[in-house]
Formats: sequence, C-alpha cells, structure tokens
Amino acid sequence: MSEARPSLLLDVRGVKKRYGTHEVLTGASLEVPRASVVTVLGRSGTGKSVFLKCLAGIERPDEGVIAFDGTPLDADLPSARAEFRRRCSFLFQSNALFDSLTALENVVLPLEQTTALSSSVVRQRSLEALQQLELDSFADKYPSQLSGGMQKRLALARAIVTRPELVLFDEPTAGLDPLRRNAVFAMIVKYQRQFGFTAVIVTHDVAEVLVISDHVALLDSGTMRFAGSPAAFSTSTDPVVCDFRDSTAALHKAVDALRTGQNPSLTES
Amino acid sequence: MNASRLEFFVGLFVLLGLAAVTWLTAKVGAGSLISGPTYLVEARFSNAGGLNTGSSVLVAGVTVGRVESIRIDPVDYSAIATLRVVEGLKLPTDTMASIKTTGLIGDKYVSLAPGADETYLQPGTQITMTESSVDLESLIGKMAFGSVSNNSDNSANESGKSPAP
Amino acid sequence: MVRKLGSLTLSLIRGTGDFALFTLTAFRSAFSTRRLLHRVFRAMFEQGVRCLPVILIVGMFTGLVLGLQGYHVLNRFGSESLLGALVSLSLVRELGPVLAALMLVGQAGSALAAELGIQRNSEQIAALETMGVSTHGYLVTPRLLGALLIFPMQTALFVSVGLWGGWLSGSMMLGLEPGVYWSSVERAVEPDDVQECFTKAAVFGLLTVALCCYYGFNAHRCTSATGARAVSASTTRAVVLSCITVLAADYVITSFLL
Repeated sequence: MSEARPSLLLDVRGVKKRYGTHEVLTGASLEVPRASVVTVLGRSGTGKSVFLKCLAGIERPDEGVIAFDGTPLDADLPSARAEFRRRCSFLFQSNALFDSLTALENVVLPLEQTTALSSSVVRQRSLEALQQLELDSFADKYPSQLSGGMQKRLALARAIVTRPELVLFDEPTAGLDPLRRNAVFAMIVKYQRQFGFTAVIVTHDVAEVLVISDHVALLDSGTMRFAGSPAAFSTSTDPVVCDFRDSTAALHKAVDALRTGQNPSLTES
Repeated sequence: MNASRLEFFVGLFVLLGLAAVTWLTAKVGAGSLISGPTYLVEARFSNAGGLNTGSSVLVAGVTVGRVESIRIDPVDYSAIATLRVVEGLKLPTDTMASIKTTGLIGDKYVSLAPGADETYLQPGTQITMTESSVDLESLIGKMAFGSVSNNSDNSANESGKSPAP
Repeated sequence: MVRKLGSLTLSLIRGTGDFALFTLTAFRSAFSTRRLLHRVFRAMFEQGVRCLPVILIVGMFTGLVLGLQGYHVLNRFGSESLLGALVSLSLVRELGPVLAALMLVGQAGSALAAELGIQRNSEQIAALETMGVSTHGYLVTPRLLGALLIFPMQTALFVSVGLWGGWLSGSMMLGLEPGVYWSSVERAVEPDDVQECFTKAAVFGLLTVALCCYYGFNAHRCTSATGARAVSASTTRAVVLSCITVLAADYVITSFLL
C-alpha cells in the first residue's frame, strides 16, 4: 500500500469524514516525524477537531489510512488500536476531566485501569505527575474547584502520566488570555522535551505556533492547504496562508476601510 | 465519601439484605416445609382431580409430608401419586389414603388414616386402600336425586381394583 | 403511513439488538476490567445504601395498606385468619419485586442515567476511550453486577418490612391474633414463591439498570435534542422505559412460572 517510512510516528493519508451530506474532511494528509511538534492550523469550522478526533480514534474516518509507527490502524485490527491507545494520549479542548473524582484520582485512573502496576506505584507516579505540573497541593481538590489554567495542567498531567509517545492537543489554549496561552505552549514544549513525546497540536494561534513548532500544516476546506516548516509558512505566498498568517493586517485594512466609509467584508479578500 | 466508609456501609447493607433473604427463604417461605430425612410411598387413585405436586399429606390433621409427583398408570388409567413422608413416621400396611378438601372450596390434600397392622409400609411400596377426590358437583347432583349413599360403595370398589404390590 | 410503520419496526428491532449487544459487551468486559470489585462496591452503595430508606418506607406503607384493606375485605367473609396469606402472597409474588424495582429505578436508575449522560456530554466517556479504558467495563459492568446482587436484597427487605407492616395494621391496630397472622403467612408462602420473587427481582434489576445505562451512555445519540436537553430526554426515556419493562417482564415471568 505505502512504502514504510520508519521516521514517521504517524502517517495520515487522505482522510475523509462526512456528516450526513456535509463533507468535513475531503482528504486530509499529515506526516508526523518522531519527537517533533506538529501544529495543525485552520479557521474555526474547517474540521481541525474532527481531524484530530479521527487521529485519536474517537471518530472513525470514512476513508483514508492512519498509520501509527508503521502499522495501519484498522477497525478490523483491535490489537493495533489497543496498542495505539496505550501509546497515545488525547488532550480535549474541554479537558474532559472526571468531575466526580479528585485531581489525584483523575490522574490515577488511566494508570490503574490500563496498567498492571501495583497501587503504590500508581499512586507514586500520579503524585509525581501532579508535582511536575505544580498541582501537588491540589491533589484532593475536585476539578470544579480548580481554575481554568489548573484544569488544563491537570488534563496534561493525566495525559502524560501513562508516558505516551504521542500526545494530541485539541486547541489547548482556547479561551485563555495571552499570558496563559504562552504559559500553556511553554508547558507543552517543556514537557515535550522532558518526556520526549511527539505532539500534534490543533490551534489557531499563529504567532505562538510558529515559535514552538517543528512542522506546520494548514487545514482549509477539508484538505491540507499547506505543510512545511515554520519558516516556509512565514514566507509562503499561498493566498489562504497569507490571509491566515496576516489576519491582523487584514483587520487593519478592514478597519481603515470602515473609517473611510467603504463597506468591505473581512472574510473575503 | 472515602473508600473505607463506603465499604463499611455496603457491608452493613449486605448483612441486612442477607438477613432479610434468609428470613424469607428459611422462615416465611419454608413454614410448612418438611425437614429431615423422608421416604416415598405411592398411592393409587381412580381420580386425583385437584391434587397437585406439593399438596400436603396429613395424618390426623398434622402435616407429615408432601405430594412429590402425580403420574398416570398407562395400563389401567388410574392416577398414581408419590408421597414424600417424614422418616420417623411408620405407616401400617393397611393405611388408607384419601383425597380431601380443606373447607368447602379449599385446597385438596391427602389424608392418611393409619390402620392396625403390625407390619409397616416399606419405602417405595404402594398404599392399597384409597379414596379418591370427592367430586363436589356430582355429589351435589347425587344429593339432588337422593342417592348419596352410593359413595361408600365407590371406595370399596376402588380398593379392590388396586393390586397389592 | 405504512412506510412509517415499517421504519418504526426496523428502528425498534435495531434498538433492541443494539441494547442486547450493549449488555453483552458489558458482561464480557467483566473479565478484562481492572479493579472491578471496587467499582462494584461503589454501584452497590448507590443502589443499596442510598435507596434503603425509600425501600423501607414504601415497603412499610404497602404492608400497612394491604393489612388494612385485606382485613376489611376478609372480615365480610369471616375469614380474617387468611390475612397473613393475602398480605404475604401479594408481597412475595408481585408487589415486592415490582414496587422495589420501580423505587430503585426512580432513585438509582435515574441517577445513573443522568450521570452517564453528563459524562458523555462532557466528553468524559470519550476521554476514557482515548485512554484505552474499557468504557463498558468501567461504567456499565459494575452497575449490572451490583444490580444482580442488590435488587434481590432490596426486594427481600421490602417484603420483610411489608410483612411487618401487615402485622402492624392487622394485629396491632385491628386486633387479629399475631399468631394467626404469622402462621397464615408461613402456611401460604411456598419455597417456589420465594424463588419466583428473587428471580423476578434479579431480572428486573438486570433489565432496568441495563436500560438506564444504555440510555445514559448513548445520550449523544438522542435524536430529539442535544446537550443538556439530550441528557434530560435520555434520562426520562430510561426511567419510563424501565418502568414499562418492569411491568411487562413481570407479566411474562408470572405467566411462565404459574
């Protein structure tokens, strides 16, 4: 089917996903090298989250191949899927913390349920994870008692406690102020270096992404419009990329136009 | 709620639940159940209408057993009821078994009237002297036509029909 | 019209099959779920300890009313001595298992349907999936196993309290000799009746808890609403269907066992 590319941890080819008659993904592909930070950019509603959920196996793509570590993840092969689940973590946009469990119990759960470790080891590793994310003093608090940033950190602690090779981030900075946003990105990169996992981040924060990413992809109307290094993204002349990258400039233009009495549209150019 | 408190309450509940289950099965549900060792004897009736598996077997109004099963004899079409009787009760061989009714319209039961023989029924043997269900409707019919006394002939006839084992 | 009937029938068959598969998966997951016992304990707490007050109260009043009504009816025929039989047979054969199951649906079933619905809604179930945790094994199996244990126990408690309720109204308030009442109870209830009672309770427990889990777990597939509305719609449907199922299953089991 495809030649083996062992340097790629995740190899996504031509993923299609349809809801009713609305085709959200029309053939999206992505190559994720080992131990890299890959960012998928895109406007809201272009199917970024759906794409990531297809990768995580929450949604089942209608067509296309997703290969993890050289093995295609197929519905017919539950063992490959289970292996993938074991080595991959997903960070939900909504955090999806278990709200009736304490912070510590949240982190304990994946270890306790998916590994055969003794409960003392589980507890120790969970406390370590909380400590690394500076949450150890909140171990007995419930998620609702934590601030938004702390919840995000807790979700990350829960994601990395199983020592995954691949972590998928679904808009990790949605709804955060710029300082928090930077803190979250810094945290992701820090732990990516520390634990050596591969990160796939879906977001629309262009400026920050260009700093932290090894590879950037732009999802537009269901396909990858652009894929390459951050430097190439900065210099690309593709009109969609330009719009996305230079959105502030477009805003300037639009506001200037309003001031001069014209009636342009922001979305079209 | 911490784990040990939860476990304590669950344990308490289970104890309570098991107590209720035991009470229901052992006391309420087995009130008239015969306990201890038992043996089986058979009784042949020309009509076992109204008698069921589980109907009581009484001697002098005291429950001493249960009807274990009722089957049909394919040769002479009489009903054979197997009775389970408590071990300690020895029944003389000339014991008479009759199907009777509690009250006018109550349940049917087997009443055993022990005779005077020196020998006793062995497990698995058959009671030869029996008296079948009294068919209330035909009894009323007979009463209406004034011939109730026929009834006694009926039983004599029947015990003659039943061969000794 | 005809097409609508056809599609309705098909969706009913599909739904039933899906539900059966759901329950089966849950039982199969029992073997692959870690720390299951702890989860079963949790479920037993929710269905057992939490529901105990309502079971005891309803059981007591059911017995009281049966004793009162039965006494006055039997009094007309001069056969008050059968009061124990009336109360005990009504409770053991029908009212105990059915009312206990309905109470448990109302208290524990609705709670777990709503809990699962909210967990589905806030992507907690999806999160479990991405972790590779068996969602059925973690969320559904313990509750089903708990129900199989708890429902018969709750029913036994309900019947016991009901019998004492009948004694209270029949003997204490209306003056029937307690010995007459209790001997009538013991004479009337056969081992088969008690067995039927517990069989019913276990079947009701399995069916209702599986239904509540099914609707809560699949709250996202609710077609009539989304979000919080979907959770409430699913919970309502779970409770209503569970109640109907209890009564329908009661009829089926009774007709098989009588």
